[in-house]
Amino acid sequence: MSSNEATAIGFTHGGSEDTGLGHRGPESKSIVVPYGFWLFVLSDMILFSALFATYASLANATDGGPVTNQLFDRTNVAIETMALLISSFVCGLAMIAAKRRNMAWTQGWLALTALLGLVFLAIEIREFVGMIRIGAGPQRSAFLSAFFTLVGCHGAHVTAGLMWIGTMMAQLWAKGFQPHIVRRLLCLSVFWHALDIIWVAIFTIVYLIGTLP
Amino acid sequence: MSEHDHDLHNVAPGEPHDTMLSETVSYVVGLGLALLLTGISFWVASTSSLWGPGVAVGLVVLAIAQMGVHLVFFLHITSGPDNTNNVLALAFGVLIVFLVMIGTIWIMAHMNTNMGPSPEMMNLMTQRG
Repeated sequence: MSSNEATAIGFTHGGSEDTGLGHRGPESKSIVVPYGFWLFVLSDMILFSALFATYASLANATDGGPVTNQLFDRTNVAIETMALLISSFVCGLAMIAAKRRNMAWTQGWLALTALLGLVFLAIEIREFVGMIRIGAGPQRSAFLSAFFTLVGCHGAHVTAGLMWIGTMMAQLWAKGFQPHIVRRLLCLSVFWHALDIIWVAIFTIVYLIGTLP
Repeated sequence: MSEHDHDLHNVAPGEPHDTMLSETVSYVVGLGLALLLTGISFWVASTSSLWGPGVAVGLVVLAIAQMGVHLVFFLHITSGPDNTNNVLALAFGVLIVFLVMIGTIWIMAHMNTNMGPSPEMMNLMTQRG
């Protein structure tokens, strides 16, 4: 189609009238893909908002079982918070190295990100096992069902993130810094930062407010 | 033309910026602020020198502030023209999150107070038990 034809049938906006859209065509994949992933992450946060609302509604429905003050340990939570926060920071460093196409540093920072994520997950699993062992499992009360659903869902996301980090390290190793690999890395970093944002809400609403005197 | 295009450019969320120094500084500042806010949160939760009933609200405010720090310094969501699409999507997400949470907590709290079992029901339950 010639540009005259395009103008005649209204596919272009003409030189003087610029609406800011359309005449350049769609954005490149390096913009569209992370933007689409950003929309997924936001919808994931909406999923978590429903779980938070459930937890807030049921936090006092303990059915005579253990209550928040008896179950949660702030020291544990502080260590978990540090591990995940520093992991998020290190993931950012990995992205800086990836932008410079530096394989050694990118792989190193990604490995450290995963290691800190593993520390977080190990502490969380230990906490869950300890709670179930003293009879405070998810079937004990509505409060504990909501607790295990909310915190467990975050833990499941971290597990998925860890597997993704491993996959990306392997893909990066095998294929190098090709554009589609770099796009996936960017999506991974958005996912990992988002998990830390959700953890901020969890440690405040569940653990800190739950252990107030 | 190309200059004009540059004004309308979009950036992806989480995309690092231009120079290595400014990127690293952004992450370090973000980490510092996040550590500070986390530290204040844990302190506020354990101290007894603050007015008790206000502590929970204060903690929520601190958490929202820390989420903002993460968004700006880690995910690079800014108010610049290249970020409009990311910000609009975020604004819609935040709207839904608040509607779901505040709406649920509000309605469920009212139902909890107003729709407890009536005396006849309690009577039945005691008889059966």
